Amino acid sequence: MFKLLGEYLLLLYDIFKRPDKGPVFRRQLLVEFVGLGVDSIGIVAIISVFTGAIVAIQTAYNIDSPLIPLTMVGFTTRQMMILEFSPTIISLILAGKVGSRIASEIGTMRVTEQIDALRVMGVNPANYLILPKITASMLFNPVLIIFSIVVGIWGGWFACLVTGLVTSADFIAGLRGWFEPFTVGYAMIKTVVFAFIIASVSGFLGYNVDGGSVEVGKASTKAVVVSSILIIFFDLILTQLLLV
Amino acid sequence: MIHVQDINKSFGTHQVLKNVSTIFEKGKTNLIIGQSGSGKTILMKCCIGLVEPDGGDISFDERPFSALAEKRKKDIRKEMGVLFQGGALFDSLTVEQNVMFPLNMFTDMTPEEKLDRVNFCLRRVNLENVNQLFPSEISGGMMKRVAIARAISNNPSYLFCDEPNSGLDPKTAEVIDQLISEITEEYDITTVINTHDMNSVLQIGQKINFLYKGELWWTGDKNTILNTQNEELNDFVFSTELTRRIRK
Repeated sequence: MFKLLGEYLLLLYDIFKRPDKGPVFRRQLLVEFVGLGVDSIGIVAIISVFTGAIVAIQTAYNIDSPLIPLTMVGFTTRQMMILEFSPTIISLILAGKVGSRIASEIGTMRVTEQIDALRVMGVNPANYLILPKITASMLFNPVLIIFSIVVGIWGGWFACLVTGLVTSADFIAGLRGWFEPFTVGYAMIKTVVFAFIIASVSGFLGYNVDGGSVEVGKASTKAVVVSSILIIFFDLILTQLLLV
Repeated sequence: MIHVQDINKSFGTHQVLKNVSTIFEKGKTNLIIGQSGSGKTILMKCCIGLVEPDGGDISFDERPFSALAEKRKKDIRKEMGVLFQGGALFDSLTVEQNVMFPLNMFTDMTPEEKLDRVNFCLRRVNLENVNQLFPSEISGGMMKRVAIARAISNNPSYLFCDEPNSGLDPKTAEVIDQLISEITEEYDITTVINTHDMNSVLQIGQKINFLYKGELWWTGDKNTILNTQNEELNDFVFSTELTRRIRK
């Protein structure tokens, strides 16, 4: 455990060195923006719409007291999407999609000697391969999460409209009420931390693959499992630190 | 010229290299031959710095290498070209981008100059009109040639080739051997080739180092290897029906 942690920290030390060539790093960054970020928009949109819709319907279903106004449905949907569903659930989804991609891509490069080729050319492979992924994830995931929040709330509103459980006016009134801007900041802080975890842990596990295709598969699975556990763990810690 | 002095390497209790000393000469194709498990890949990995030897020194033109810190090894590594067994081309890059990679990383050439250099290197390895293809779209022999083009694109002083003919048919293997030999002479490179292909040994073996159970057992060239009385070397060289018939 401590050995792994030490190896992880040593890899981070190599990753956060100055890139060998600025223009090459910027080009890699753009590639990763597309591969890790833009390519995830579809799945984020689908999951967010349905999550928002489900939260809205379940909230409406559970309000059986006439003392609780139906505006609570819009309020609850917004709060749930901002506080937990978008930053945490979408990050868990991204741990599966992006984490496995990073681990398998770098792991395959390891077993096919591409990383050795980089090293003997005089390139710092950890920096060249992993830094753009971490940077792209930390910059683009907040965009994805804001997108998820917006789309999720829209999903909730649309579900209320279609089912007729809550009127559009009630939903929007709840949506606009008791808003604390810090909740968005809290969501963004969580997102950036989770993005770092996903990219760095998956990169670490891929980078240290030893063997063949079976080990690449194992590293890919391990990247998803470890990233997911760390996301939940840090979710608890950050919530305690920032909200309580 | 590369000086290898008393190199030792062990993995656990198994000693893979035992006091190996040799000189890889400039402008020549220096071969490391031996059976599987004899330590030739480890010796090459020690030379290029992918494996840290337990003891001994390796120096490139009087510049010590194995004792250097990772950061300072970089300068010498920029003068190396390495042809890996599987080519080790970057999957996500096209042939052109692969060959251009060292130029992008280590030169300040303009895009036009880089493209000219890439096209020159590809022509030199007899490849044309493949610039926009990905490694997965070309044959094994073409991959090796692209890997050679990448290895020579930044004008290396040292070229290392790990089993350049593995997985190739005899005719393509001969083309690759010839190409490496020509490039070595043309650019006066110190070339080190790790092989167990006897065709390569007899065709381009200007200096041959035979490793046996981790020790440097015999040194010679393609002309002396067939007439040696060294029993272990003869067992290796004449292990196939074809070489036995040639001997007769």
